[in-house]
Amino acid sequence: MKQIALEALDFALGPEVEYADVRVVESKDRTVSTRNGRVSQVAATESMGIGIRVLITGSWGFAATDRLNREGLAAAAHLAKEIALASGLARKEKAVLAPENQYVETLIAPCLADPFLTSVEANIQLLLAIDSELRRNPGVTLAEGSLVFDRTRQVFASSIGSLIDQTKTSTGAGYAAYSFANDEIQKRSFPNSFGGQYQLKGYEMIEELDLLNQAPRIAEEAVALHKANHCPSGEFSLILDSSQLGLQIHESIGHPIELDRVLGSEANYAGMSFLTLDKLRALRYGSDIVNVVCDATLAHGPGLGTFAYDDEGVPAQSTPIITNGLFTGYMTSRETAAIVGDARSNGTMRAKSWDRLPLIRMTNVSLLPGQQSLEEVFDVPHGIYMETNKSWSIDDKRYNFQFGCEIAWEIKNGKRVRMLKNPTYSGISTQFWNACQAIANKQHWTLWGVPNCGKGQPEQVIGTGHGASPSRFGGIKVGSGYQA
Amino acid sequence: MMDPKQCLEIAQAEARSMGVRDVELILSDTTSSLTRFANNAIHQNVTAQAGHCSVRVVLNQRTARASTNRFTDQSIREVTAQAVALARSSEADEMLPAMNEASNVESQPRWGATTASSSPTSRAQAVREAIELVEGAGQSAAGILSTDLSHEFLLNTNGVLLEHAETMSRFSITATAADSSGWAKASAVDLRDLDTASLAKQAMGKARASATPKEIPPGAYTAILEPAAVLDLVGQIFGDFSAAAIAEGRSFLSGRIGTKLFGNNITITDDCFHPLQAGAQFDGEGVARQKLVLVDGGVPRDVARSRSSALRDGGKPTGHGLPLPNEAGEAATSIVIHGGHHSISDMIRQTKRGILVTRLWYIREVEQFEKIMTGMTRDGTFLIEDGQLICGVRNFRFNQSVVKLLNNVEMLGATVRTSGEETFDMVVPAMKVNDFRFTEVTKF
Repeated sequence: MKQIALEALDFALGPEVEYADVRVVESKDRTVSTRNGRVSQVAATESMGIGIRVLITGSWGFAATDRLNREGLAAAAHLAKEIALASGLARKEKAVLAPENQYVETLIAPCLADPFLTSVEANIQLLLAIDSELRRNPGVTLAEGSLVFDRTRQVFASSIGSLIDQTKTSTGAGYAAYSFANDEIQKRSFPNSFGGQYQLKGYEMIEELDLLNQAPRIAEEAVALHKANHCPSGEFSLILDSSQLGLQIHESIGHPIELDRVLGSEANYAGMSFLTLDKLRALRYGSDIVNVVCDATLAHGPGLGTFAYDDEGVPAQSTPIITNGLFTGYMTSRETAAIVGDARSNGTMRAKSWDRLPLIRMTNVSLLPGQQSLEEVFDVPHGIYMETNKSWSIDDKRYNFQFGCEIAWEIKNGKRVRMLKNPTYSGISTQFWNACQAIANKQHWTLWGVPNCGKGQPEQVIGTGHGASPSRFGGIKVGSGYQA
Repeated sequence: MMDPKQCLEIAQAEARSMGVRDVELILSDTTSSLTRFANNAIHQNVTAQAGHCSVRVVLNQRTARASTNRFTDQSIREVTAQAVALARSSEADEMLPAMNEASNVESQPRWGATTASSSPTSRAQAVREAIELVEGAGQSAAGILSTDLSHEFLLNTNGVLLEHAETMSRFSITATAADSSGWAKASAVDLRDLDTASLAKQAMGKARASATPKEIPPGAYTAILEPAAVLDLVGQIFGDFSAAAIAEGRSFLSGRIGTKLFGNNITITDDCFHPLQAGAQFDGEGVARQKLVLVDGGVPRDVARSRSSALRDGGKPTGHGLPLPNEAGEAATSIVIHGGHHSISDMIRQTKRGILVTRLWYIREVEQFEKIMTGMTRDGTFLIEDGQLICGVRNFRFNQSVVKLLNNVEMLGATVRTSGEETFDMVVPAMKVNDFRFTEVTKF
């Protein structure tokens, strides 16, 4: 792979080329899933190709191919240059890159138990055992479960002499129970919705999740929701579990801090951001106890946004985003860092695969643990506790959001008193984070994986990480989703 | 890409050496180019070429799929061997259909010469012209011009050999002014059918007309939904017109087929032969697509049915099956919502008080059985009073049941091929809808 990368880089260089980089990516995955006692998916995919990026007179060109022979590489490099020249037909300002060091390194992310060495039979047996456990409850009308393994090796080479070889393995697992009765469909998922938990780990993650033992509870809750009261409307103290809070962070902090978005690059599609440049180190984003980092380092944890170098050869970093409630940082690239006065990129450029251009993407954007015990977080006279995301939506500048969860409980004097169905809550991002009253301590902190973050044209769906612990927010509007 | 028949011969020989007879291949070769602009300049500009070879085997009522993008003899042998190994590891499924048999299926190519011959320079020139129009109005342009060329084959050891070639071009533009924005988007098989300058002018006009947006309270309003808004909202329900989804109780149509569910003026077909539609005329197993009447005068009637669903439920497959194995079963993807004769100007003229919606955004399902969807308006939302467009308004969040919406359609526009961002392209009309539920207002 290194030879392919260097050969392509050689084709990409030339007197007119100010900068070039190439990424050769080889990936493989396995997906196994079951539905109602049957195997619904057994599939494996492998892919290998190269993306070539060149900068000519301040304009970018990118070409990708899976034809990795000499002719294919030469053609792709030539096309990247042709595209860069065409980009120059509608250029305003020349792209200038922040300085970066040269790195030559080979890295393999930790993976204790290689998931690809587990047998497909064993994968199926685990899912069918869970399926059977879920459907032992006669109220469950559909049980589904899945395991997803992915391994990606990327060789990055650039015209400043970097040659970085990284290999990462990730694992995803989860299941859901549906209950359809009386014109109502209820659902419970474990350990999270939309496929479960995803981390930069091997099969050890599945062993840690205790999947089978939680199945009876999940089935029981899905069925019990039919008899639960509808979540009331009004303003409440709201407590969120860490997985829902992870998605709240993703939508109302993670996306707004993407500097390319702030600058208008996504105006036609993903949208812009309320975090205009004047708000840096001036906006009270949250209450004093809110501390958020964007951290791609392994020290932060095995998130889907953990790596050693980003996709333009910048080392992983930890950037303070919100510090004691104050907005302190954006996610940047080599092209945008100088705009916010930074000497170098903070390393957030990522591409979905070899056939896509790197963009500023969330790495692991996490709410740091607080000081409170779980009992202290729940210690309110009257509130609502919501768990596991069901729906999520936010406007294109990231002010107004609305989330729905699978299940909720009414809290009185710190105790759960009754189950509630169909909970939703809504608000404005900064008002919500300024209403943060309590954050549970490190003992309750989980680094969640969001596997389906979309951005860019052509769209790139990528995985991000979000650490959070259960937290409480005061005076939050509950119930607007069911005003239809 | 290697010759498809040669690929099958290699895969078949490898499978037979492992004692497996039934092999299916899905092969494709695509070239996708996209010129992206923002702040009145091209900032991203890409072309990606990719091949795909996917091998499925069936043995002893077991199936599995393995895929690669490497077209060498060795890679095809390896991926076939992997599919066989995966299938052997799987569980027997008595409802798994046998490999499909050859039949008389033809897929008309949908190939636009201008799309196929476009170049980085021609795309950049078209984008520059659009930018100049918007910039000339003191606004900022952002958007894309893309061209896609694809060639796909489906073949198996029972003699199925199907081919489909298609091009698609898309132009989308957002014009941003000081406190407002406008948007327009279109897609066409042939790039020459996209009027990029006209779309740029539409976006500019909306940005200009919605300047200084007024905040008005949320509530139930008469809403005029332009085709893109209809597409992205009503388009969310079509995954439920699936026999597998109904059988599993995850469709809002469970127990409702044949009952009056929507207004008399709602008729929806799935018709890949419609002149404004695109896509192959065969499904993921090579079954010829049939035209379906999904909703007939407000009554849900036909559903998409794969070969697996037909085995389970009876009836014939409709040609909407997804490649096996899969979780979803089948999908109706050639949607045509039948329209009327009213222009959007007619609808505005006949509205006492209402909201004109250009586009909806970030639409997600809140409730599955009444299909309550939430999302935001975006890039051109206007107040209508006494038959006149009065001013731009701040964007709303909505929480709206699509079932109720399709009972409250007062007027329908002509059907047009429509492209949005929340679902795939469809052929839909504009709709004037009563009692549309806007529940919150955002800050812009």
